[in-house]
Amino acid sequence: MDLSYGEENESYRKDVREFLKVAWNPASVEKPAMKAYIAGFREKATGKGYLYRAIPREFGGSQQPVDVLKAQVIREEFARARAPMEVGGNGMNMVVPTLLERGTQEQKEQFIRKTMSGEYIWGQGYSEPGSGSDLASVRTKAVLDGDKWVINGQKIWTSQGMDATHMFMLARTEADAPKHAGITYLLLSLDHPGVTRQPIKQITGGATFCEFFFEDVTTPVAWQIGDRGDGWNVSKTTLKHERASIGSADMLGHQFAQLVKLAKETQRNGQPAIKDPLVRDALVRIEGWVLAHRYSSYRLFSHAAAGDPPPSVGLMMKLLLTEIGHDIALTAEDMIGDEAMLEPAPPGTRGRGPEKWLDQIMGSLGNSIAGGTTNIQRNIIGERGLGLPRDPAMGA
Amino acid sequence: MRFHLSEEQGAIQDAIRGTLADSLPSEKLHKLIDGEAEFDRESWDALMALGLGGLMLPEQYGGSDLGLLDAALSAEVGGEGAVSGPLIGQIATGLAIAESDDDDAKSAWLPKLATGDAVATLAFGRDWLPESWDVSAVGNRVSGSVRFVQAATMADVYLVGLAGGKLALVEAGEHVEVQPLESFDRTRRQSTVIFNSAPATLLSADSGRIFDVALILAAADALGGAQKALDMTVAYAKEREQFGQPIGQFQALKHQIAQMALEVEPARALVWYAAYAFDKGLDDARRAAAIANAHLSDRFVSIGRAAVAAHGGIGYTWEYDLSIWFRRSIYSRAYLGGPAVHRERAAQLANW
Repeated sequence: MDLSYGEENESYRKDVREFLKVAWNPASVEKPAMKAYIAGFREKATGKGYLYRAIPREFGGSQQPVDVLKAQVIREEFARARAPMEVGGNGMNMVVPTLLERGTQEQKEQFIRKTMSGEYIWGQGYSEPGSGSDLASVRTKAVLDGDKWVINGQKIWTSQGMDATHMFMLARTEADAPKHAGITYLLLSLDHPGVTRQPIKQITGGATFCEFFFEDVTTPVAWQIGDRGDGWNVSKTTLKHERASIGSADMLGHQFAQLVKLAKETQRNGQPAIKDPLVRDALVRIEGWVLAHRYSSYRLFSHAAAGDPPPSVGLMMKLLLTEIGHDIALTAEDMIGDEAMLEPAPPGTRGRGPEKWLDQIMGSLGNSIAGGTTNIQRNIIGERGLGLPRDPAMGA
Repeated sequence: MRFHLSEEQGAIQDAIRGTLADSLPSEKLHKLIDGEAEFDRESWDALMALGLGGLMLPEQYGGSDLGLLDAALSAEVGGEGAVSGPLIGQIATGLAIAESDDDDAKSAWLPKLATGDAVATLAFGRDWLPESWDVSAVGNRVSGSVRFVQAATMADVYLVGLAGGKLALVEAGEHVEVQPLESFDRTRRQSTVIFNSAPATLLSADSGRIFDVALILAAADALGGAQKALDMTVAYAKEREQFGQPIGQFQALKHQIAQMALEVEPARALVWYAAYAFDKGLDDARRAAAIANAHLSDRFVSIGRAAVAAHGGIGYTWEYDLSIWFRRSIYSRAYLGGPAVHRERAAQLANW
């Protein structure tokens, strides 16, 4: 085993660092010019092969051969320089990979560049009030009318929904087919009079999701991705290119470091809480899990770098992250004591005291739902990881 | 960058797994736990014939000059197969001699430890940690009493922890008295060993390093044991039927088993890292050993309990194999110091 990146990648790191030194100097830019400066920087970085590596040149990407280690070096150096990486969001993470795998040439030309530039912002139209974990039961209906699909129904839990210009949607198009086989993957513009949207106020008090209502909303048949009725399979297309990273391990490591800091700064019985044997024990207990998660992500990363299939621990990372987040939350809650009775000021504002941990406490709760609930994760581990028999009621 | 096992490492694990399956099958394990023998000599000899005694020893003494990672991978399979015999003691004692500057001791013991012609065991004493060791030395003679010495009646040589945190080698003989104790883990019998002014060879090896080796090997053994208990549970859940279907199809049990897997599989990389950090001499090596040992001790007990619960009645019987690993889990948790002890050490090592 060897956790170093090797000489070739360290020399590549130097190149990236040199580039950033020259190309990324936000301090020299006036605020109104910042947006254009960032766009220009991204263009230069793409020219060097640092960004949009999975996207072919003809659609504006840098079309680099798969190299998990170089991708990691780039992420590390950009983070170090606090330089912007690719435009994020559902568009880049979900729509573009799906287009690259399943889209037509026309669709790729039409959507990829505008998604990369941030002109098109994509909302996800998957969940419905009656279709959460049982996603394949979606009821939002699309009916063919000439060269258009006519959509009626409701979608929910769309992140960035208020800003979204477009949506990628799972719609029921074959009323008589088995549930997984009756779905089509559609793209649509949200600039249509039949679309209404409203924010969903969350338990946090914030509103980062929307619900959408569709009344005779149309989208061209040419915007359908993959075959009619094959939408369930299309939706499973994910970005395989250089996906492995240790990003969530770094995030968790940071959270744990914050917890240690809290224990050092909190006074208990006239001394820092971190001197309390119970607190010390709780912290190292959590650290065992944090490190197990970190080194497991190294392991997954290593498999990806070698081009080997991922080990079963890959199925466990999301649940692991969720559970560790809960442990950190509970320990922090103990530590902040009465301050947990205060409503925290919004993130990024001044005057946030220890009660700011309530944000992490609620965030860790959100983790147990978003992207497949904890119980769905346990099904996946049990069935795909351990080969336990499926519940027939849950279908294929 | 590589953080997964090589094909060769996988092949070595498979070879050990096969050897243990052949030489220490379930029937023999039951014979061992129901009998009086200190350990199963045949399977021990088979493991020694594979070279497990000399994994970390220099080639000139018949070893393979490999690192702690390879030794840990072997200990893991040992835990999976409920290895009987002081594998951790054999490896740690060999390394303690190899890391001391005493060529006579090396020539005298290392070839025999590498082949298994000599059996070595740990006699650390008191509260396990080097700073608590209390066997006293006067010149080259040592005196004192040490509890929980594995395979003591069969051992040819003891690695003894001395007051002041030093290590010494004591050969079995008339100045060494062995008083067997009942062991909760019947695959690893133990005794109190009393050294009565016994002739000793003082070793210059860093006892902290040797203790770390033992901690990491014990963590690997616990990992293997936890994996075994999980595997048995998964197999049982697929085959046992109630209410007309395999019990593993019921979501309640499926989720419990998924939680078990969540305890075992991510912990694997924690053990690898601790061994890797030791081999590379990284700054966090000692802390990694303490955390890995504490974490795996807890995981093994937790898995042992969950496995028995998932099995139902059969899991609570003596004759079902799970009883062997459940008992190993309880024993392992205390061996070399409980998790709370090592977590406190980790806190101290972080200057908290």
